[in-house]
This record gives sequence, C-alpha cells and structure tokens, in this order.
Amino acid sequence: MTKTMENRLFIEDINARFRDSVLSTTEHSRLRITVTIIPEAVVNLTEFFYKEKGFRFITASGLHSKQGFEIFYHFSNDMSGHVINLHVVLQHEQPVIQSLTEKLSAANWIEREIHELLGIDFKGHPNLVPLLSKDNWPEGTYPYQKDFK
Amino acid sequence: MSKQKIIPIGPYHPLQEEPEYFKLFCDGERVVDVEWETGYNHRGIENLAEKKTFEQIFFLVERICGICSTSHPFAFANCMEEICGLEIPDRAKYIRSIVGELERIHSHLLWVGLAGHFIGYDTVFMWAWKYREPVLDLFEIISGNRNSYAMFKIGGVRRDIESSKFSPIRKELDILTRKIDLLTGAVMDDPVIHARTKKVGTMTKQDILDYAAVGPTARASGVDIDVRRDDPYAAYPLVDWKVITAGEGDVFAKAKVRLLEMYESVKIIQQCLTKMEKLPEGDIETEVWEVPEGIGTGHAEAPRGEVFHFVMTDGSNSPVRHKIRAPSYVNIATFKKSCVGQTISDAAISLAAVDPCYCCTERMATAYDIHSKKQILSGEDLIRLSQAKTRKLKKTVL
Repeated sequence: MTKTMENRLFIEDINARFRDSVLSTTEHSRLRITVTIIPEAVVNLTEFFYKEKGFRFITASGLHSKQGFEIFYHFSNDMSGHVINLHVVLQHEQPVIQSLTEKLSAANWIEREIHELLGIDFKGHPNLVPLLSKDNWPEGTYPYQKDFK
Repeated sequence: MSKQKIIPIGPYHPLQEEPEYFKLFCDGERVVDVEWETGYNHRGIENLAEKKTFEQIFFLVERICGICSTSHPFAFANCMEEICGLEIPDRAKYIRSIVGELERIHSHLLWVGLAGHFIGYDTVFMWAWKYREPVLDLFEIISGNRNSYAMFKIGGVRRDIESSKFSPIRKELDILTRKIDLLTGAVMDDPVIHARTKKVGTMTKQDILDYAAVGPTARASGVDIDVRRDDPYAAYPLVDWKVITAGEGDVFAKAKVRLLEMYESVKIIQQCLTKMEKLPEGDIETEVWEVPEGIGTGHAEAPRGEVFHFVMTDGSNSPVRHKIRAPSYVNIATFKKSCVGQTISDAAISLAAVDPCYCCTERMATAYDIHSKKQILSGEDLIRLSQAKTRKLKKTVL
C-alpha cells in the first residue's frame, strides 16, 4: 500500500460529481465501499473509476434477488488497497444495461457470462454470445434466473 | 488473399484446471488472430457453493484448482472474515502465509519445468519437477496431504504447525534455495533461452491495464501490483519482503519474475517460522458464532495472480451468491495481444507464459486447413515445432 484513500473524502467526491446518479453509499469496512447507482450512469462511473482514479476492474457479479437483477462491478484501487463495488439493480422484466466492453476490454467475458447465466442484455456489447455454454444450452433459458412468484 | 489456416488447441482434458479451446488463425507461419472458447468442463462451482454451508465451501473451493489449491480457500477466508469482522490470531496468520508461499514455490517450479519442456529444454523440466517434489513432501509433513491441504477455516486454520516440524522445513528451504540458484543461473545465462523468450509474447503496460491482467503476467510488464502488499492480509504485513517486477513484458521477463519470486517466498517462510517460535502453540483460531447478513469481497495473491471471491450472505449458514474469479480468467484474454504476430513455433511458449496450466493441451490440439478441413498439425507437432526451433538456434548461437 503506497497511498491512502480516505473513505469519507472518496464518498464526498462521488456524491458531489454524480449527485443525480448515486443512490446510496455503504462503507463496509476501512477498505471496502459499495456505491449504488442508477443503471444509466454505469458507463460514466466506470470511466471515472478506470480513467481518472486509475482503479483496476476486477470482475462483476450478477445475481437475481427479490429486488430484481443486481450487478456488482468490482474495482480495485491497488494504490490504497480498496475494493469498490459499483452496484446497480435492474428490473425483473427485460433487464438491460449499457455494456462496458467498448471502454474496458476486461469487461468483455464477464458480460457474456452474466448474459448467459441471468439473461441480462448488455447493450452495445460487440459479441454477446454465450461464454460457457455455447452450442450446448437451450436458447432463452437462464440457469441463474429465479422464480419469485 | 493469402491462404489462412486455423490451428485449434483444445478442448481440454478434464484434469485441466480451466478448460480452454484455442483457435489460432495462421497466415503461413504467422498467427494473425486467436479465438477462445470455454465451458467444456463447467462444474457449476458457484451454484454448488450456494447449496453448501460456509464450512463445507472451503473443501469445495479448494478443488477448483489442483495446483494452487490453497489460493481459493485463502481468498474465501479473507472474504468471510471481512463479513464477520474477524481478526485471526497471529499464529494462524503465519501458518496461512507459510502454506501460501510454499504453494507459490511449487507452482512456479512447475511452470519453469513446463516452459522448459515447451522450448525443448527437457532437462530443465526434469530438474524443476524434481526440486518441486520435496516441497510437496513438506506439505505432507504440515497437513498430511501433498495436495488439497484442508488447512483453512473461517477464523483461522484447522491445524497447527508444531515447532518440531520447523527443522525439516528450514532444512528443505536451504536445499531448495541452492537448487533455485542453479535453475535461475541456467535460465538467465543461456543464450538460446534468451533468443527463444526475449521479445516473444510481449505485453505492454497499457495492454495489461486494458485487460486488467494480474500476477506475474502484470508484474513482468511493469505493473506493480500484488494483493499481498496492496491490501495486506495474513502475515504479509508482518514480515519483510518485496514485490518483484520487470519492465520488458516478454516471456523472459515473466520467467524472471517467477524465479525471483521464489526467493521472496523462501524469505517470507523463514521469517514466519522465526516469529512463530515466540507464539504459544495451539492458538490458531478465533471462534465464529454466526455469519451476519451482508456482502464481502476477499482477494488473495495466488501464484498466477489475484484470486477474487464475492459472497452475499443473508444470516443463514449458506451464501446467497458466491462469485469466484480465478486469475487465468483475465490473464488468458491477453493472448489476443501476446500471441498475434508471433510465428506458430513461438505460440506454444507465448500461451504458456501466463501459466494457464498447460499440461494437457497437446492431447487435444490439432491444426486444420481452413479450406480442405484436413488436419495439418497436432498439438504435439506444435510443441515439436517449438523444440525444433530451439535446436536450430543452439547450432547457430552456441
């Protein structure tokens, strides 16, 4: 760890810059923060994290909960040791979000994986074909989708 | 338009850690594009984890990878302890780091051996794997198993390393250091290895940042990241060691980083043993009563790079969601940069340079003529091609 990052200042900065996009921020511990945003702002926030802050994209985790389809984009600030989760919630019916792949090559495979497991559509992804189950899984069936009815 | 051929590598054997299938698009001798497919051996580990208790998940994630079998339990333990807000006893921290570093040594030795084999240095292969054996024997002394050690649990470790075991570990580390000296000298000073690995499979710093590659692959291109230092866990902040980096980004730089990292691992283990002598035996875990509702992210530096686990809990004894990202998931994507533009004879070593567990590849690799669909090369031919190139070079360089 070579440079510290104060949680309070980071959260204040995020709130000031993206006032209309940030829904909430949670500080889990000294080095773990979750920022919940509106889905439309995901590209802007990612660009801010990757280009301005120099964060490294770790991966993304998708899940289906009662709230809807949730995606946690995990970023690492390797200078300070922080892991920042960018959290979005998409509606149950026709979950769609903008793809990050054009801005960030590293998001390519994980978006394909989330798409095939949960059925989330990543708009603008150059090659949204299944990553894990190509040619051996019925189309339109998503194994991680749950039935909450 | 020139005649283009496709050389597929894979799908992999089920023994393989990450099943992969590469299609090398070749124009004459040169690789012009690489495509990657996976899913041939999808085990549904993340889904299985949601049906197991937190204690059982350790045994499950330990079986994700056979070579670095402690990396996933390490990251998972970090993740769970973050959710529970746990601080583990110092003795458990040292034990965790000892296990982690021994694993790094044997994994890197394995890679050096395989890399040697790919470029036609089978003596390096035999030596490296021979030196690796005593490390596995040490694991047997520590855990009872040569692999899949089942050492980790939430709040600490499952068994202590008694002081009576320190002496065989120290003795073996001394012998091992001399052997690594030998290997490092052989690799660093050999003009043919230089010719085969320098400026081959080169990744720039920007390539690494774009693909978010990790571990020795990133450090060899001058990206100074290492979770052990950046987000300290276990005993790494308590001992003195340094992160090894190189700037060239080629296969030679990756080999150099791995070879020098083994010395740092030896240093870490020696210091851990010395510090453990002052701590009471048996104080190896903090008791956990419940896992609260919440989310946790834990990572650990495996031999191949950062292993990342995300867990969402709801207060029960199983996770709601458990996401796992192994380092090869991001490192393999770099092939598109490192392999394209190389000759086919350099493809094998360029692909192997990120250490994607390559041992089963040649069984399933074949090359087809894109037009006639006739097989033109097998995976074994690819390796033979690579080895023949070294033999030719030996005649000219030596």
